Amino acid sequence: MTSTHLEALASENGLERVGARPPFFRYLAATWHRRDFAATLARYRLQASMSENRLGLGWVVLRPILNAALFGTIFGLILPDSTRPDNFVPFLIVGFFIFEYFSSTLSGGARSIVGARSLVRSLTFPRILLPLAVVIRQLVELIPMLIVMIVILIVLGEPITWWWLMLIPVMMLMTVFNTGIALITARLTVHVRDLTQIIPLVSRVVFYTSGIFFDLEKVLADEPTLLTLARLNPVHDFIALVRGYMVSGNPIEPFMWWIAIGASLVTFGFGLVYFWKAEERYGRD
Amino acid sequence: MTDATVDTTRPTVIVDDVHIKYKTFASGKAASSTRALLQRQKGVRIVHAVKGVSFVAHEGESIGVIGHNGSGKSSLMRAIAGLQQPASGGVYASSQPALLGVNAALLGDLSGSKNVILGSLALGHSRAEAEENYQGIVDFSGLEEFIDLPMKTYSSGMSARLRFSIAVSRDHRILLVDEALSVGDKEFRAKSEARIRELRDTAGTVFLVSHSMRSILDTCSRVIWIDHGELKMDGDAEEVVAAYAEST
Repeated sequence: MTSTHLEALASENGLERVGARPPFFRYLAATWHRRDFAATLARYRLQASMSENRLGLGWVVLRPILNAALFGTIFGLILPDSTRPDNFVPFLIVGFFIFEYFSSTLSGGARSIVGARSLVRSLTFPRILLPLAVVIRQLVELIPMLIVMIVILIVLGEPITWWWLMLIPVMMLMTVFNTGIALITARLTVHVRDLTQIIPLVSRVVFYTSGIFFDLEKVLADEPTLLTLARLNPVHDFIALVRGYMVSGNPIEPFMWWIAIGASLVTFGFGLVYFWKAEERYGRD
Repeated sequence: MTDATVDTTRPTVIVDDVHIKYKTFASGKAASSTRALLQRQKGVRIVHAVKGVSFVAHEGESIGVIGHNGSGKSSLMRAIAGLQQPASGGVYASSQPALLGVNAALLGDLSGSKNVILGSLALGHSRAEAEENYQGIVDFSGLEEFIDLPMKTYSSGMSARLRFSIAVSRDHRILLVDEALSVGDKEFRAKSEARIRELRDTAGTVFLVSHSMRSILDTCSRVIWIDHGELKMDGDAEEVVAAYAEST
């Protein structure tokens, strides 16, 4: 029997190609149907990481605090006073906590497929569940982080206002952005395994260009082109928005919202399609 | 090939000229220059594991798959299950085939019990169903006392038993069993063979990869012999097994 005969026989009997990438919306429906899998995987991974070291979930909160202390001390001494933002410590704390959310999703997303090879090679399910599980886990970890951040801000004497509630929509938007990033890096590392080596570097670059321990507006005041570029970095805008609503002396400008919303929608939409396109590739080698 | 015997029953799996290739880094050599990084790497070796296999399987058939180690049997099974996309050709099936293999743990750093729940969820059960099935799966595996240990601490036999138990907790119309039975002990093997017959009798199609000719002859009516990635013989179980035994 020739190949064309077999193909005809298959379609005659209503047989479907195995492992074929389903149409986009059917793919999303299948993903929604198995959402429990992603949520449970996230929960189990979280529990496993908590039992690994003695402080468990404490590290989620301690890491940004220690980072903030280290960088705050070093750059507080090095940087000239003119570039140091007003209200330095709350400024720094917010920067580190919000950045931590981005960087952990970035590195988790990059490992989500390549790090679950035996699972991918033994069971069939929409692969998108793996990067989504990473985002869910980071979102769960974000809650204690935000609580600690708020406590620190209160202790440092920041006035509590109704504007603090704006933290919720900003973080929701950032989650949409992070999901897109996780989906894109999840596929990229499947194509080019070497990228896992570069991810920490990318994370560093975003770190230094997001103005976490210095005020970009002040440092780049004489360089309008660079300043525009820096403002286009969505991570910077998410941090700036949180600072604007929670730390006094940080004005919010409309462009921050526009860039945050635009970048989130574009990254998420592109990420979904980009990840889905390669569904048949995952677990192939 | 015995293509002439056109079967009147409904086909369930059609394997259409499937080729499978693996890209491997033969010696782990680094790229010799920055330029080489951008080009096709020399150190990469393409392994052509399956070279154009075609056959049709029907409802209620149990098909044995035999061949040497490294002949491409497992690759072919993975392709039928949709876990490995063929380089060319295609596999068509009436429903999603399920593969039971002897691979490593699902998620090694998680305990057996968590793997059971995750496995059920990945198979498409709801949360409630997964919890309902949990006890049945654990009982079938007979690993009650080890169920809270991380799966990476399991022996290969134990982990195969757990995976098998998870996979058969759901009724599959098409089941691929890849040497999963050979690792279990005698008692578990008998239990799982009974379960496979049960699944086959509920009008499914079963593929069984094994090196034990006895268990092939016991459970299969038709046998496919794969040799160096090519389909060498396809036909009546006893005929093919006899020819295979002669060649080795």
